[in-house]
Amino acid sequence: MATAATSSLYARRRRGDRVATGLAYAAAAFGLGWLILILGVLVYEGIGGLSLAVFTENTPPPGSAGGLLNAIAGSIIMTVLAVLIGTPIGILAGTYMAEYGRHDKLAMIVRFINDILLSAPSVVVGLFIYEIMVAPMGHFSGYAGSVALAVIVIPVVVRTTEDMLRLVPDTLREAAASIGLPRSLMIIRIAYRAARAGIITGILLAIARISGETAPLLFTALNNQFFSTNMNAPMPSLPVVIFQFALSPYEEWQKLAWTGALLITVTVLTLSILARSLTARK
Amino acid sequence: MSMASSHDVSAGTSTVTHRGVDTKGLTPKVSMKNLEFFYGDSRALKGINLSLYANKTTAFIGPSGCGKSTLLRIMNRMYDLYPGQRATGEVLFDGENLLNANIDINLLRARIGMVFQKPTPFPMSIYENIAFGIRLYEKLSRAELDARVETALRRAALWDEVKDKLASSGLGLSGGQQQRLCIARTVAVKPEVILFDEPCSALDPISTAKIEELIDELKQDYTIVIVTHNMQQAARVSDFTAFMYLGDLIEFDVTEKIFTNPSDKRTQAYITGRFG
Repeated sequence: MATAATSSLYARRRRGDRVATGLAYAAAAFGLGWLILILGVLVYEGIGGLSLAVFTENTPPPGSAGGLLNAIAGSIIMTVLAVLIGTPIGILAGTYMAEYGRHDKLAMIVRFINDILLSAPSVVVGLFIYEIMVAPMGHFSGYAGSVALAVIVIPVVVRTTEDMLRLVPDTLREAAASIGLPRSLMIIRIAYRAARAGIITGILLAIARISGETAPLLFTALNNQFFSTNMNAPMPSLPVVIFQFALSPYEEWQKLAWTGALLITVTVLTLSILARSLTARK
Repeated sequence: MSMASSHDVSAGTSTVTHRGVDTKGLTPKVSMKNLEFFYGDSRALKGINLSLYANKTTAFIGPSGCGKSTLLRIMNRMYDLYPGQRATGEVLFDGENLLNANIDINLLRARIGMVFQKPTPFPMSIYENIAFGIRLYEKLSRAELDARVETALRRAALWDEVKDKLASSGLGLSGGQQQRLCIARTVAVKPEVILFDEPCSALDPISTAKIEELIDELKQDYTIVIVTHNMQQAARVSDFTAFMYLGDLIEFDVTEKIFTNPSDKRTQAYITGRFG
């Protein structure tokens, strides 16, 4: 049984355990507290401005009422195009790394670069697209904005596609091979199917990520006071409008900025919950 | 028993022969000659000479790491999926060396099917699990396909349990049912040889009994090879048994002989449980 020495050791361990547990709880509460505070302030400040006009009227000139229609439309158009560009590239690259390049040096290099891209500041992406698209074209455009967002989408999709395909057990690949299935068909018909929920989650998370990005759009799509579907011209977006309106001295603009921020947050939250439930259902 | 051996595959270096086996009336389906296998630089199989006879069941037994699964996975070139693994020597399948680089691996695998240790249903419906493989090689009408799926499921003794839920996912079946689904999937492609890699080690005794019964029925139409850790199982289901140890084929003989009167001391020691 416990001697004096071991019981004092045990008591010390229990004290240490209590301290560590307490610290963990405190850290969690600290983090969650800020999150709740942010959400609370957003709802408090933003919900008042939420009206039909927000979705039906364009951004107003200073001093008059209006909505966010042009910004919402611009954000949706650029996000959709960015996902259309970024998803196929991301899935193909992720597939190469997980299925074909497992033992290749090239895959290791791509993975390393992708990880850097994953954590690259988005303002750098904006400047990069400014240099290669906006400057040569001579003007800001929705296209440039979409490409900048696509550059942010790609590493997220590459990473999740690779990770999810690697979770598909090799025994399933062998089983597919054992009935004479060529590797390409095995990937398309078996591996993608087994990893589908995870890959879709990655795409949703990428959408959530870019729907709040401001910096890459400031240098590429800029902004537009009017409703525009012309991708070859400057295009408004929610984050940039929020950025501009929140810094303005006009009360109507500030109010719209809060409402816009609430809209983005709710969208991101919905996408995240959707992504979560997709993976959980598997 | 006639000792006349019309077919002696062991003319090579190995000490093992088929001398004791009465091969009259037996057709070798697969014949290995001087087969060696390497994982990188390490040699996992040493000069294997062995024949598998048509419409017979051959069991590979031996302690873990003896190379029996490796030997199995050579026959459908499964090792090709992994770099650094290679085989030398000859494995004649209906007279053709299946180790040849120019052999069509996918066609080979359609002719030599495999059932794995863990059930591996595809993430699709029960029906699709079977139909998928058939469609790869044959263009059939809906009715013909339905018939083929039913036949395959019946052969695997699964039809009665799943006929009302063919559209539901194969992943929802029990472990034993999943394994029979995999057998049905393999049978559906109409292979000539079926390789079983410890097919019952993840199953309960009742499912195991069902699968063993199935293997016994299947050998009427197929050549069967089974790797097993369970010696009673080898004794129950197989006609011939190969005992392997440390990458060598120690003894090959009629199953009854292996389990009652083995020629080699090591076989004797293994089947009586003294090592392995």
